[in-house]
Amino acid sequence: MNWQILRRVGFFLGIGLLGLFAIIPVLWALITVFKASTDLYVFGPNPFLFNDPPTLDHLVVLFKNTNFPVFLKNSAIVGVCVVAITVLLSVPAAYALARLTGGWGERSGMAIFLVYLIPPSLLFIPMYRIVVWLGLANTIWSLVVVLPTITIPFCTWLLLGFFRAIPRTQDEAALLDGCGHFAGFRKVILPQVWPGIGACMVFAFSLSLGNYIYAATFITASAQRTVTAGVPTELIRGDVFYWSELMAATLVVAIPLAIAYGLFFNYLVGGFKSAEEAIMRR
Amino acid sequence: MNSAIAPAERAQEGGLLARLGRALDRPQVLVWLMLGPAVLYIVAFVGFPFILAIALSLSDATIGDPSIDRFVGLANFAAVMRQDAFWVALRNSLLITAASIGLLLILATAASELLVYSFRGKRLFQTLFILPWAMPVSLTAIVWLWLLDSQFSPVDWVLVQLGILGPGSPLGPHSHLYYLGRPWLGIGSLVVADVWRMLPLATIIVLAGRLSIPEERFQQARIDGAGFFRILFRITIPALKPMLIVAILFTSLLIVGEMGMVEILTRGAPGHATQVLPYWAYLKGIQSGSLGQGAAVALFLFPFLLVAAVLALRAAYRSPEA
Repeated sequence: MNWQILRRVGFFLGIGLLGLFAIIPVLWALITVFKASTDLYVFGPNPFLFNDPPTLDHLVVLFKNTNFPVFLKNSAIVGVCVVAITVLLSVPAAYALARLTGGWGERSGMAIFLVYLIPPSLLFIPMYRIVVWLGLANTIWSLVVVLPTITIPFCTWLLLGFFRAIPRTQDEAALLDGCGHFAGFRKVILPQVWPGIGACMVFAFSLSLGNYIYAATFITASAQRTVTAGVPTELIRGDVFYWSELMAATLVVAIPLAIAYGLFFNYLVGGFKSAEEAIMRR
Repeated sequence: MNSAIAPAERAQEGGLLARLGRALDRPQVLVWLMLGPAVLYIVAFVGFPFILAIALSLSDATIGDPSIDRFVGLANFAAVMRQDAFWVALRNSLLITAASIGLLLILATAASELLVYSFRGKRLFQTLFILPWAMPVSLTAIVWLWLLDSQFSPVDWVLVQLGILGPGSPLGPHSHLYYLGRPWLGIGSLVVADVWRMLPLATIIVLAGRLSIPEERFQQARIDGAGFFRILFRITIPALKPMLIVAILFTSLLIVGEMGMVEILTRGAPGHATQVLPYWAYLKGIQSGSLGQGAAVALFLFPFLLVAAVLALRAAYRSPEA
């Protein structure tokens, strides 16, 4: 009996600590957004409380007096295009690897990892040259072309797991009913992996939004910058930091994304689960 | 494959569209149509630039004269290895990655042990828990920059209130620790920020592995009277081994290749004490314009990563627990 209570207390203590670890920096950012400028730089009183009345001024400044709305728009365009390219290329690729190829398709999970060994930090110098050759330097389209290199391997790997989780008997049933491979894919298999594709879309969107190294290297014109490179360069001027605006920009991006992730959390875990079970089975 | 028989039965239909449809239904055609675009794209935008990176590292290319026409052998690598900052950056890259991974493994295993159970408000908790991963990395760095500010850090304030920091306290008379201005505190801060950012992803990977362990194993152990920690160390962790390897690979590749964190938090300062390889490559290759040396720095880790990853993956795929 006592043991049970102890376990429960331990469980919620763990959950609480974990939650605090994740949330404290976010909370600090949230408080900063609404603090009056005079309240930011004071010694002594509790920095977690509003010593002056809270204000919305910084949010207004962020959206009215900075290029942040442009960055948001650029990031959204890049994100949507990257997600579209990623889904169009990696959904068929994952299906082909899961079902249509023989033994080496099964081993492809490993090969996809090897693509990951060539990270952006290794590629950004030659990639900059390629972007210049393509005439895309200093435009958001350079990111649309290049960022799928990060998202396609990952999403293909994750989708491979989703496709493998569908029993092969369903493909065979579709073939027996006179569906070809493509029709079987479209009508029987695809509808079952929509949650997986959704999880991939959220993941690809956030990866494309978060990439810093390419965004900082390829684009120097303010009007073409995305959130990730634009916010640090625009809102940090020399050693003047617009802390409240910076925190506001961070949360405006992070909170909607976290909600999207929260909705797909279980699907994401499910995708990793079947991708990993493929590893476990051998 | 024997399945090409089925579409043949509809062969009479004729017409271009139908013929296209039949071609699509043949697995040999379909496999290349489906796989081809992704493979072509990866070859063009990963394979080609990778070769270009090797060519650049063996040439005297600069931003001013970016042609790869003069072969200089390993001169760039030699020049890079003569600089002290490079060795500091290499050490820091390895140290920060190793320390982050160590902490992440412990925390992610603990977190996944908690998240297998359902409880009230779990969805909300999941959303809050994943917030750090949802932030673009440069913005994460800015949040930590403000959190660890030299003058107005709330962490310092809490430490002063607890009597650990400030005049007459164990950590000395100053009221500030200057986290990002000191070599080891700077490295420690980078580790903490990396762990904070990566924990959600690491947890999802480990949790997925945890969920694929058959429940009967735990029940059996409980019937045999095994306690929580005995089950954790005898059953859960051994069964998780391949997953933990995947988690290590995934997160360490993301950490070792990230320069935004260092660029924004410490700029490699003081001196080069918190420098890491990707940022050093950026400074060399883009800022000071020596494309060849930048590429050499960026390439340096590749052979080691390749060997480590292949060994790790083989261990994961061969794990006896499978």
